[in-house]
Amino acid sequence: MDLIWLIPVLPGIGAALNGLVGVRYFDKRTAAYVACGTMAASLLLSLVAFAQLLGLPGDERFHQVTVAEWIPPIPLETAGGIGSFEVPWAFTLDPLSGMMILVVTGIGLLIHVYSVAYMDHEPRPAYARFFCYLNLFCFFMLLLVLGSTFLVMFVGWEGVGLCSYLLIGFWYHKQSASDAGKKAFIVNRIGDWGFILGIFLVFFTFGTLDFHAVAELAAEMPVEAAGMGVLSLICLLLFVGAIGKSAQIPLYVWLPDAMEGPTPVSALIHAATMVTAGVYMVGRNAVLFSHAPMVMEIVAIIGLATAIMAATIGLVQTDIKRVLAYSTVSQLGYMFLATGVGAFAAGAFHLMTHAFFKALLFLGSGSVIHAMNEEQDMRRMGGLKQYMPVTYATMGIGALAIAGVPLLSGFFSKDEILYRTFLHNRLFWMLAVVAAGMTAFYMFRLIFMTFYQEYRGPAWEGGHGDHGEHHEDDGGDHAWHGPHESPRLMTVPLIVLAVGAVLAGYVGVPAALGGSNAIEHFLEPSFVAHAGEGAHGEAAHLSHLAELGLMAISVLIAGLGIFLAYRNYIQRPETADEWAERYAGPHRVLTNKYYVDELYDATFVRGTMVGARGLWGFDGGVVDGAVNGTGWTTVASSRISHVLDKHVVDGLVNLVGWVCQEGSYGFRRVQTGLIQNYAFATLVGVFAFVTWFLVGR
Amino acid sequence: MLEITPLHYTALSAALFIIGVIGVLVRRNIIIIFMSIELILNAVNINLVALSSQLQNLVGQVFVVFVIAVAAAEAAVGLGIIIAFYRNKETVNIDEMSLMRW
Amino acid sequence: MSNAAGFPLLSLILFTPLVGVVLLLLTDRRQEDRIRWIANATAGAGFLVSLPLWFWYDTQDAGWQFVERLAWIPSIGAEYFLGVDGFSALLILLTTLMGVIGVLSSWTAITVRVKEYYVFLLALQTGMLGAFMALDFLLFFLFWEVMLVPMYFLIGIWGSDNRLYSAIKFFLFTLVGSVVMLLGILAVYFYNHSVTGVYTFDVTQFHQLNIPDGLQWWIFLAFFLGFAVKVPMFPFHTWLPDAHTDAPTAGSVILAAVLLKMGTYGFIRFSLPIVPEATAAFVPLVVGLSIIGIIYGALVAMAQKDWKRLVAYSSVSHMGMVMLGMFALTPVGITGSIVQQLNHGISTGALFLIVGIVYERRHTREIAEYGGLSKVMPVYATIFLVMTMSSIGLPTLNGFIGEVLILQGIFVVSKFWAFVAASGIVLGAAYMLWLYQRTMFGNVTNPKNEGLPDLSMREIWTFVPLLVLAVWIGLYPKPFLDRLETSVDNVMARVSSDYTPRLAAAGAQAGQREVPSGTAGAQAPVRGGTR
Repeated sequence: MDLIWLIPVLPGIGAALNGLVGVRYFDKRTAAYVACGTMAASLLLSLVAFAQLLGLPGDERFHQVTVAEWIPPIPLETAGGIGSFEVPWAFTLDPLSGMMILVVTGIGLLIHVYSVAYMDHEPRPAYARFFCYLNLFCFFMLLLVLGSTFLVMFVGWEGVGLCSYLLIGFWYHKQSASDAGKKAFIVNRIGDWGFILGIFLVFFTFGTLDFHAVAELAAEMPVEAAGMGVLSLICLLLFVGAIGKSAQIPLYVWLPDAMEGPTPVSALIHAATMVTAGVYMVGRNAVLFSHAPMVMEIVAIIGLATAIMAATIGLVQTDIKRVLAYSTVSQLGYMFLATGVGAFAAGAFHLMTHAFFKALLFLGSGSVIHAMNEEQDMRRMGGLKQYMPVTYATMGIGALAIAGVPLLSGFFSKDEILYRTFLHNRLFWMLAVVAAGMTAFYMFRLIFMTFYQEYRGPAWEGGHGDHGEHHEDDGGDHAWHGPHESPRLMTVPLIVLAVGAVLAGYVGVPAALGGSNAIEHFLEPSFVAHAGEGAHGEAAHLSHLAELGLMAISVLIAGLGIFLAYRNYIQRPETADEWAERYAGPHRVLTNKYYVDELYDATFVRGTMVGARGLWGFDGGVVDGAVNGTGWTTVASSRISHVLDKHVVDGLVNLVGWVCQEGSYGFRRVQTGLIQNYAFATLVGVFAFVTWFLVGR
Repeated sequence: MLEITPLHYTALSAALFIIGVIGVLVRRNIIIIFMSIELILNAVNINLVALSSQLQNLVGQVFVVFVIAVAAAEAAVGLGIIIAFYRNKETVNIDEMSLMRW
Repeated sequence: MSNAAGFPLLSLILFTPLVGVVLLLLTDRRQEDRIRWIANATAGAGFLVSLPLWFWYDTQDAGWQFVERLAWIPSIGAEYFLGVDGFSALLILLTTLMGVIGVLSSWTAITVRVKEYYVFLLALQTGMLGAFMALDFLLFFLFWEVMLVPMYFLIGIWGSDNRLYSAIKFFLFTLVGSVVMLLGILAVYFYNHSVTGVYTFDVTQFHQLNIPDGLQWWIFLAFFLGFAVKVPMFPFHTWLPDAHTDAPTAGSVILAAVLLKMGTYGFIRFSLPIVPEATAAFVPLVVGLSIIGIIYGALVAMAQKDWKRLVAYSSVSHMGMVMLGMFALTPVGITGSIVQQLNHGISTGALFLIVGIVYERRHTREIAEYGGLSKVMPVYATIFLVMTMSSIGLPTLNGFIGEVLILQGIFVVSKFWAFVAASGIVLGAAYMLWLYQRTMFGNVTNPKNEGLPDLSMREIWTFVPLLVLAVWIGLYPKPFLDRLETSVDNVMARVSSDYTPRLAAAGAQAGQREVPSGTAGAQAPVRGGTR
């Protein structure tokens, strides 16, 4: 367990290898081996560490490793006197991070394997670059998860943002891709702004940045039920960070655009791991949040609003990946709803199950897109069931899981959230159930439009059934032979994930169904300051019967959603268009995503640019104008002085010279050069003088 | 016999002086002018000697010796200049010597 | 005080570039390659001789190290007094490193008047090093002014379009500031005489003074004008974009990486310890201007169409951050400020090199002329990406350490300031990424860009040290922070009494802190029998 620091470092080494050497020298196979090998090693380590963690008794499952000093101690004032600002490179393994490293390394490895085939037609340097980024992402994600201080988590937090930026913009020659990458990074930075300020406030309040220490100190503080105190402010700021990373209202706009990236990226980063970092962070700081009930309420409301809003947009999207993206946003809203109502474990549980089925759905959609030769529009698919049975089956399982069909993983986790929400607030519960219904509808709309109905895509040469093995060739110009099942490297991860999507829920079977809700008990120590302390939300309880009733209702709603999808897209496919025409206004609003992008563009983006241009004008006109004005004034006054100098001061000097010169013209005539003239003049002078001397006296 | 009084000396001296001055002023030949200057100096010398004897003061005679010495030196330098000038201009006419004119 | 080696290391560092100048002057101007070799060798030697500053520096010793002291102008008490603490040692190392990089990057960029160019570059090097080493205020001022002249010629002769305007603007701006600063120096000098009866420019002596409040204010303002122009702080910044834009690449690199640090160095070395009360009184003004500078610089950078000018304005923003941390007057803030000074030197220096490389190939700085460069110049694009990330403060790279320390340092002083300043980071990401997108991403739309060669080996080597430093400071800044600890403590001891308990404790630990001036003088090694 002391080697947990190797878990993030291994993919980091892989990234460094592929990035520094691989881009230039590795062939595709080597690059893939390096990337997958490091991930596999990392997974192995995680499994060992997790097993060791499980071997410990329940209240001792906490292990911290300090690898090195990062920022050595520097004195700094805090609320409680002079403290010491100090951040070590330290990693923590506890139930929550243990679960997360398994999710990240496990799903990460599957997606690495999948990418080996999916990215096969990329040229060699781009291939190595892709794996470099993917490994780098895993490095940062694991850093985020394992980091035992706020700042180390922030490193991972920003790092995954960078990788997301790089991977969304992987096909950088596409303007839309590079735009989307930039948007993702900047929107995330806005969230990070809140997060880092929250971190500063944490340090100022507690004098430490260690999660565990902060939790213990916060537990001593009173619950801020009445008003917003410092804990509430901390939580609010941290939540701003979570909003950015986990794509909640109002910062969710980057996630749908992020679908410009390669599909494995969407699956890994924008579905299974990175976007859940916000939920993870809130869970990490469960003690803080549970001391700020008003912020919890805000978290719940934002989560719920996001869940509903994204679900409604998802209803009408036609791009297969965008449907999944909005579904992700919506599901993240669920997780925040869970944490907001105090069900941290339920949120984390849903996080895990969601990672399985959403990664599965994304990889499935990638398989479809691959088969359809980079076609993403569902209106140009249809009837793919017969061409790609494995993809169909696995995606079907994923859709069932996310819709909340009983006995699949999504059912258990979502139901736990709904149950806890019901305990907290009935209205929230009702809205959440409606959102669940919509989820079921749009997921099955996706399945039906893609795999059922008749084939609507482009025609191809060679007819049906010609499943050439062209994926194995070296990415040359391959003719498209029609939709086909993907190679085994892609289908195996699908199958594994599908198994996961079915089984992952069984770690959390609720008591009402005769389970023990193992995951909740396992995770509980991570959410309280002192192991053994009871959970806060356990006050209210419903009888098992009522709980079962709630389950029945949500299952019913899900069933209704599936049925509506069936009726609209299988039975009477024309209904969808009829509805779209009948409700043209709302439909337009939904297809345009509530015009939020346009709104942001018109206000924030344009406002910033106008401000920037204005300030530039100000800089050139006023600030620099003042400088140049000073310069100009100096020059002008020097010109004036010059004129004055030339004509007045110098004039006087010249006048003196002139007078002398002109006068000398008269006098010089006396200068004859003849000695006798001079002698005569002398004589006359002597006579004159003597005469004056003699006579005048 | 007519006693020779200081007045006589002075008159002689004045006459010599006036002759010298007129010579300096009117003659054109630089040699003559030079000689006229000697006359002026000697007029002064006579004056000095006469008055020295009259006043029983030897300083005047000492002074005369000095004047003679200076005059000799002056004559030497002056003649040297005149010869140098003559070599250049081939004339001793003072009207030709107006180089210091404006 | 100590002189670890008992050997005039600082003088050696200081005069190595001058040896190069002499060698260059003796070389025939037509042998351009030989001139280049000599210049590069000198700069390299300059860096090598400065390395002992890193290895021999004693982090436990709170006094001045490597001290050298000789009489210079005894009649007015000016001395040739050199010495470093952790702060100036790091800046000296940055200077010598940037010198190597600047000289190396000029190999093909400069084709006219090669000899004069390198002479000026090396002379500039000496001026900068001297300013960082001098502990005699007059000597500092001398070097401060000496730097101006070579820089003026570098911009004025080898610059681009508007070079004369920019060079004169740069020169006049700095000169005005430094004249006022000289008045401040003289005020301290005469005040010191009125108190101690000794005429001296000894900065360590000035650090002991307790100047009365009214005088402190005037002195602070005089120093402020001199240093703020150099930093540059809003609203004294307008010489910077012009000078940067028109300077040759090496000039911009050195200007950004080292010359701007003169201002911040001056603040920490002189303003804060000599006039601590006035410093505290002026915190709102300076912090206000810094925050305006951060946001303003970032926004104006966003509106730029000229690549180099954009980087120049980003410099204004970053230096605002440096000033902000410094005037937090907390150990964390000042440490962050110093680290950020190094970071700014590394990342902005690199960004100017990056612009210089395409400028040399295409002779234009218009952003719109570029696009899709990552396709034709992948190595270049990668380096640019790393440096962009370093510039916008991505964790694991150097910029983050500085920013986080600065913001944490200012946060405990005022939350509002920290909130506003942190938003500059968002804007920073916006303009840098937009620049990156516009130049590197997309397809190659301009046919002139299609055949651009990627970096040569020489060009890559100009970046390697910067990349290594960026990652090193990002991942393991401890060696740097350790070297700064005593410097920051010394400054803090003057400006704030809040932190004295900790300092006293640290002093007891280290054995010798707060060396009183008398013993300090006595301990100074007497060299040449002149003291």
